[in-house]
Amino acid sequence: MEQPPKRESPVAVAGLHKSFGEQTVLAGINFELESGKVTCVLGRSGTGKSVLLKLLIGLESPDEGSIRLVGQDLSSASPEQLNEARKKVGFLFQQAALYDSMSIGENVAFPLHRHTTLSSDDRLARVHQLLASVGMDRDLEKMPSDLSGGMRKRVGLARALALDPVLVMFDEPTAGLDPITAAEIADLIVELRDKHHVTSIVVTHNLRTAKTVADRLIVLNRGKILFDGTFDGFNRSDNPFIAEFVTDAA
Amino acid sequence: MVEWVGDLGLFCWRVARAACSRPFEGAEFLRQLDAIGAKSLPLIALAGGATGVVLSLQTRDSLVRFGAKSLLPSVIVFSMIKETGPVITGLVASGRVGAGIGAELGSMRVTEQIDAMEASAVDPHKYLAVTRILACIVALPLLTLAADFAGVLMGYVATTLAEPTSLKLFISNGLHSVNFNDVLPPILKTTVFGLIIGVVSCFQGMRTRGGTEGVGRSATSSVVLSSLFIIVADVLLVQLIIEFF
Repeated sequence: MEQPPKRESPVAVAGLHKSFGEQTVLAGINFELESGKVTCVLGRSGTGKSVLLKLLIGLESPDEGSIRLVGQDLSSASPEQLNEARKKVGFLFQQAALYDSMSIGENVAFPLHRHTTLSSDDRLARVHQLLASVGMDRDLEKMPSDLSGGMRKRVGLARALALDPVLVMFDEPTAGLDPITAAEIADLIVELRDKHHVTSIVVTHNLRTAKTVADRLIVLNRGKILFDGTFDGFNRSDNPFIAEFVTDAA
Repeated sequence: MVEWVGDLGLFCWRVARAACSRPFEGAEFLRQLDAIGAKSLPLIALAGGATGVVLSLQTRDSLVRFGAKSLLPSVIVFSMIKETGPVITGLVASGRVGAGIGAELGSMRVTEQIDAMEASAVDPHKYLAVTRILACIVALPLLTLAADFAGVLMGYVATTLAEPTSLKLFISNGLHSVNFNDVLPPILKTTVFGLIIGVVSCFQGMRTRGGTEGVGRSATSSVVLSSLFIIVADVLLVQLIIEFF
């Protein structure tokens, strides 16, 4: 395996707070992602895992705290600076969020068309290459409504990788998938790390996925980080919440 | 209500800022112009034509009673171009186009497609809202011309079925006292109707919450609010037209 080049942390979060009305979702989160590693964020439903990802990409604004995304402080970023940072980040949404009115090929070509100067032939070749990397290059003309959940996620992943991101965010990448498809998606995340040295943050409540992909685990509970370490450390933890989490998942 | 007005103001500011910045979404604008304009044409023309027939049937009887039957072509033409054509176009378009935009953008919101667009560094206000609003502004006057034409033509057909008249005589009687100021202001008035339909339905669609039920609510509120604002705007615009033309 090639050694990844040493890079600055693509995400650094300090003192992050977020509430919706009376409900506090995040209450003082601090962490930095390690470049070229896969970090899994675990937690029960409703603990703010997806909100954390939306904060990191600037779709939500924090009540307090700072977020540094690929070198850009989001609190002081202009819309143009925020968009420049976003171009270096891929995002796979929980339901893939493919554009309904576009074919699979057009979905993957969308960021290329918007943010690159590739000719239409080069763009098409790149779309083929991206879809081939997720095993979907025979379905270029299909519409999202013609695809299964797993296929949609594969296409969503191809779209997320279109601009060669340094960081990819995955929101529940294996939720609702059969075990085989879930394992295939998890393998794609590992492949991204091993072959392309892409940093990933994976939000999931699936322990099997976390075990397959994670170099590091962060467990959220009641708006705070309850555990931050390796999967082995997580398994050995005597914290009652984590013990219950492991037991429930087993 | 205060929150809604505040959100609408913020939305309009974002749309105006997006409309003035590069890149311009020419291809998407043309796609929307086709979806909003060309695909609404049959419905608008049918509504205009039906209105022309009703105008002919209803006013003929009254004019005969007052011995002013010869004014029938003028009544149909004036009524269609000055008020009925623009308002019918605005209301029918708010039903078809407003519901379509509200439901489409609402569905995109609840399935995170708008978030995905934003996350990939594309401004959804520019790509989704500006293109649809501009398409509405451009399409409405053209659709109004079609409604006016269909209304006058079908008014002639209804008239000639009741009492055979030549088309040339009908047109020359109907248009002989029509001038530029009778035609242009009502047509241009519909650009405001287009703006209302575009802004209201994009705004309602993009602020959708609550899954498929929310999408339904957005589609309904887009139609109801657009229609309401068109009627109110018509009152103000007619007063302005009388004042300045």
